[in-house]
Amino acid sequence: MTLPLARNIRLPLMNLLRLKGLPILQQLHIEERLLRTSLDNWCIINDGTDALTTVMGISGKPLELLELEFVIQDEIPVIRRFTGGGTVIVDQGTIFVTFICNKDVIPTVQPYPRPIMNWSSLLYKEIFEGIGDFHLRENGTFMKLQDACYQLALDYVFGDRKFGGNAQSITKNRWIHHTSFLWNYDVKSMAYLKLPLRAPTYRSVCSLFSYLSFVFLFLYITCID
Amino acid sequence: MALRMWASSTANALRISRSTNNSQLSLTRCFSSVLDGLKYATSHEWVKHEGDVATIGITDHAQDHLGELVFVELPEIGATITKGGPFGAVESVKATSDVNSPISGEVVEVNSSLSDSPGSINTSPYAEGWMIKLKPSSPTELNSLMNPAEYTKFCEDEDAAH
Repeated sequence: MTLPLARNIRLPLMNLLRLKGLPILQQLHIEERLLRTSLDNWCIINDGTDALTTVMGISGKPLELLELEFVIQDEIPVIRRFTGGGTVIVDQGTIFVTFICNKDVIPTVQPYPRPIMNWSSLLYKEIFEGIGDFHLRENGTFMKLQDACYQLALDYVFGDRKFGGNAQSITKNRWIHHTSFLWNYDVKSMAYLKLPLRAPTYRSVCSLFSYLSFVFLFLYITCID
Repeated sequence: MALRMWASSTANALRISRSTNNSQLSLTRCFSSVLDGLKYATSHEWVKHEGDVATIGITDHAQDHLGELVFVELPEIGATITKGGPFGAVESVKATSDVNSPISGEVVEVNSSLSDSPGSINTSPYAEGWMIKLKPSSPTELNSLMNPAEYTKFCEDEDAAH
């Protein structure tokens, strides 16, 4: 990203950590340690991980999320990370990008999921300019339950197709937002994941053409969350 | 977010209220509500001190900003909690958030129903959604917390600043 473009985005001063092929478990250990013990802001980029690995959110249940018979049979590592969100299967073709920030470093961003993603989307919009119709997309319908109004999950999409999974953790004074971008992937890997119990509504309205043409990519991506 | 702030300010100005089982609610359900009789922390937790027990949870403002909660992590009974330190975490869609204790003390009870119904915090943050009960070790710590009016203004200022 060029400096003139960067000036248009309120970016905090960050330490940049560039990695290649670091095992995802080590990456997560580093991230949690920096989140909880560092006072600096960090951007971590890991170009691929060393081996095919499934990574669940903090409350993930293997029985619900994974095809355990295949996972065990093929000895696929399973990690439960410290952030929320769904399950992702990562490998050498995944690009990981992480931001760790002090909560007050960006004055316009409250330390909650939606404001953080609104900010990060501005950065990625600059990065992906000219590549595709990048934007944030609501994951699901806006529901009202007993008069309570809920915010919805946001995904990074090109058009109406999700291309990465993201998750966050928020402490008293800091937050982390990390994303796994499916730069390249092996469609066979989706066999290790079960379809999530809660399906996003945009899945049901996909055109038949889109479904047939992108069935594996679409199902794989929606399994991330 | 701007519409929410305008609506919240308007509701405050007009003293809009609705009849609920809890008559102490001062705002409509879709705006962040603040309960009388509680004390509040800047990290958006509430405390209800009754005798030698203090009940703690997160505020309506917090649950509203976090979104639907899908998982709650609570401490063990007997754990020692320090004022301002985390005692648990909640998971909303895609995000985990630490929950910090407004006061110090020993955990004497946790709301075990939240393991099956984390959404109780969303639908009833001040009643069914309570999280832990502490035996306060320094009751004077309550004096440094905000009263309902102060917390309401704090939330409005915080939302307006972003």
